[in-house]
Amino acid sequence: MCLGIPGKVLEIFEANGTRMGRVDFSGIQKEICLAYVPEVEVGDYTIVHVGFAITRLDEESALETLALFQQVGLLDDELNADQHGAIGSAPVAG
Amino acid sequence: MKYLDEFRDPELARRLLDEIARTVTRPWTLMEVCGGQTHSIIRNGIDQLLPEQIELIHGPGCPVCVTPLEMIDKALAIAAKPGVIFCSFGDMLRVPGSREDLFAVKSRGGDVRIVYSPLDAVKLARENPDRQVVFFGVGFETTAPANAMAVFQAKQLGLKNFSMLVSHVLVPPAITALLASPRNRVQGFLAAGHVCSVMGFWEYEPIVAEHKVPIVVTGFEPLDVLEGIRRAVAQLEAGRAEVENAYARAVQREGNKPAQKMVADVFETGDRLWRGIGLIPMSGWRLREAYRDYDAEHRFSVGDIHTEESPLCHSGEVLQGLLKPNQCPAFGKECTPQKPLGATMVSSEGACAAYYNYGRFITPDEISLPV
Ligand code: SF4
Repeated sequence: MCLGIPGKVLEIFEANGTRMGRVDFSGIQKEICLAYVPEVEVGDYTIVHVGFAITRLDEESALETLALFQQVGLLDDELNADQHGAIGSAPVAG
Repeated sequence: MKYLDEFRDPELARRLLDEIARTVTRPWTLMEVCGGQTHSIIRNGIDQLLPEQIELIHGPGCPVCVTPLEMIDKALAIAAKPGVIFCSFGDMLRVPGSREDLFAVKSRGGDVRIVYSPLDAVKLARENPDRQVVFFGVGFETTAPANAMAVFQAKQLGLKNFSMLVSHVLVPPAITALLASPRNRVQGFLAAGHVCSVMGFWEYEPIVAEHKVPIVVTGFEPLDVLEGIRRAVAQLEAGRAEVENAYARAVQREGNKPAQKMVADVFETGDRLWRGIGLIPMSGWRLREAYRDYDAEHRFSVGDIHTEESPLCHSGEVLQGLLKPNQCPAFGKECTPQKPLGATMVSSEGACAAYYNYGRFITPDEISLPV
């Protein structure tokens, strides 16, 4: 039920005094309430749940997280390689 | 879809799994709180790909599953009244009450409608001034701002024919109740990402301080879930217990302030019954006195309907992680998604339905090797 889907804000307008917008979900467009994301601008991504934008999707954080995933394990591989390379030396702490 | 597909990359998933396998040295039991995460875990087979020391318990975070039976019976009673248009999210329609479900009321001619957003129900009320429009307002903190806005707008518009049957539940009191239970086995939590988008995660800091359990705010895509598990396991292995945010693209510590403000204006905290679990103190939201006119329980005087749960269904133990769905004697036999006995078999986010839909018929005992 708490499913939230990222969509891109195409247009922002007012309806009955409420901040609304047209949001694109890979080709499907819907009218979405933007009252809770006053900082969101046209072109931003937002996470939408039951017709409401609940948060701005921080694209910078998204890219950082993906970059972190790319590195996961690589550091360890290098450390292990070092350990194996240095036969006879004291084990590395940690 | 952008910002979904990137978080489903099998190559990166493999890397996260390897890293988890490298980190783990002994058994740990984690609970994913949210039903959306349960669905993602079972669908992607994450529980089976993890090192066997890590056990995932599927938590109570499916609002459809925990909505109490008597609330369903109240919904059925209201939906059957002449002149009522009863609106709900689609997944509530097949939840069994004590005798039938909303679909049965609909097939007898009741005007039961599925809406995408609670604002659609407000719109229906404006378009049908001679009908009573009732919205079934269930959900966790994620859904509450939407439901609060619907009630707020109805009041602003002076609508006399709109009301809401409110059954809102809250995550932090449920986590606290689980931790306080003498039967608790959970050593770390994956907190529900979108609940935290709304509420932030500062509420978990005192829980972590008191109970010394890691709580990692976690998203829903396979990589998000793996990252949540990776961080929780890293904390446990290092003897740490902290609140960590593994879903930074959608969650900030303070949460969504405008949404919180609207919720606080419209709802107040109160005790709430959870289907299969029982009463958890101060674990739900109900309409404030100022919005009493919009309370469907009040308007249709169904406040005195009380119902008992079926003794056959073990969903309460499933929701608390004491039983895996396929360990329930009725699983896949008397109880299937076509003919559910309990709510955890109805919703695709319910643990029983997730196990059924992805073919998990074998219990852990049956696959364990003979000694
Ligand atoms: S399998 Fe059916 S009867 Fe058993 S716990 Fe799940 S919902 Fe209840």
